[in-house]
Amino acid sequence: MRFLYRPGSSPLHRCPAGAKLLLLVAAGVGLVLLRDPLPASAALLAAVLLYPVASFGPRVLWQQARPVLPVLVVVGVLHGLSASWPGAYVTVVGLLALVLLAALVTLTTRTTALVDVVVRVLRPLRIVGVDPERVGLLLALGVRSVPVVLDLAAEVREAQHARGLAASPRAFAVPLVVRSMRHADALGEALAARGVDD
Amino acid sequence: MTIATGLWDDRPVPLIELDGVSHAYGERAVLRDLTLRLEEHRIGVVGGNGSGKSTLARLLNGLVLPTAGRVRIDGLDTAHEGHQVRRRVGFVFTDPDAQIVMPTVGEDVAFGLRRLPRAEADRRSREWLERFGLADLCDHPAHLLSGGQKQLLALASVLVTEPDLLVMDEPTTLLDLANARHVAHLVAELPQQVVMVTHQLHLLDGFDRVLVVDDGRIVHDGPPADSLAHYEALVG
Repeated sequence: MRFLYRPGSSPLHRCPAGAKLLLLVAAGVGLVLLRDPLPASAALLAAVLLYPVASFGPRVLWQQARPVLPVLVVVGVLHGLSASWPGAYVTVVGLLALVLLAALVTLTTRTTALVDVVVRVLRPLRIVGVDPERVGLLLALGVRSVPVVLDLAAEVREAQHARGLAASPRAFAVPLVVRSMRHADALGEALAARGVDD
Repeated sequence: MTIATGLWDDRPVPLIELDGVSHAYGERAVLRDLTLRLEEHRIGVVGGNGSGKSTLARLLNGLVLPTAGRVRIDGLDTAHEGHQVRRRVGFVFTDPDAQIVMPTVGEDVAFGLRRLPRAEADRRSREWLERFGLADLCDHPAHLLSGGQKQLLALASVLVTEPDLLVMDEPTTLLDLANARHVAHLVAELPQQVVMVTHQLHLLDGFDRVLVVDDGRIVHDGPPADSLAHYEALVG
């Protein structure tokens, strides 16, 4: 499964969550500011080389990259046609590097560790009414919900095929939305039962 | 299933009181004027689909509040002292997928202990994971577990908070026979008071008391053999 923690004892697994998130933010800011093919290529190379450092093989790397490739192709072509091809290269390579780095952070860091960092960072915002624990919980629930919604989508797709409605986008979207909302309701009830609002 | 009664001896049992309780979803009445006093260790609830038994279960930890009457757990009113009630009453749902809120097994068990210091929470989580045979799956993504393992995780995640009362709404309905037996066996050994809603009548062998719910009313209340005979006669 994409973007979920995989246990290990590599240097990246042992690195504190805060440091990894800080480096990820720095990479994002750097790639936006330095709109040049060289740093973008270097960032992508570094991202690719960090996977074996974290004891992940090419298969895991490909699993992270594959879902975003169609989007990147569209972005690259549109950027190339409307602006410049070197600019398209920088955008596409930079985005791919960031996706791979972000995936690497989640693959090597427990969700609770990431949530702890977010809660710590947001703590000063308590004075303007932000509840850091609530934001952290939302983040964790978001991560947890990705595989749930993917599973629901697969089940709906199967039912669609079984009823000969494979070509109908509505036959896919409506049950998926309804079932996702039903799941959200049940999740809310479970959170209440586990004392989240108490 | 035979219940290991010897394990229950020292545990104080909370007193569950329903006093003139009714509940309606909009115009539709699902529970009608129930008055009950439950103080046994093992209480079963049976009834047809839509009879009101799941709503009855949800009343016990304040997930659903009565539209009339009062529900009290050891004197705590679920309407006004809900947070204290939920600290004492654990709830296990039919579908464990909806109950697991964190991405990995260990994180989900520790979620219920989030107010404790991290070291203490980790120690208690590990203890319950080991007890339920899930210790090796601590860092495993929860959604990749089998149905039986997910229900074990849901149960462990509730029990780690050490509730006095465990309410279970059809906890084995989605499980195969082997997993249903395993969950039932674990539940049978718990020292807590248990209220179990189920369609699997054999799970109630050895229970102290079984309520039969029909159309929002308790139509029979007694030992399992009598209640189950009444229920079977009711459904024909």
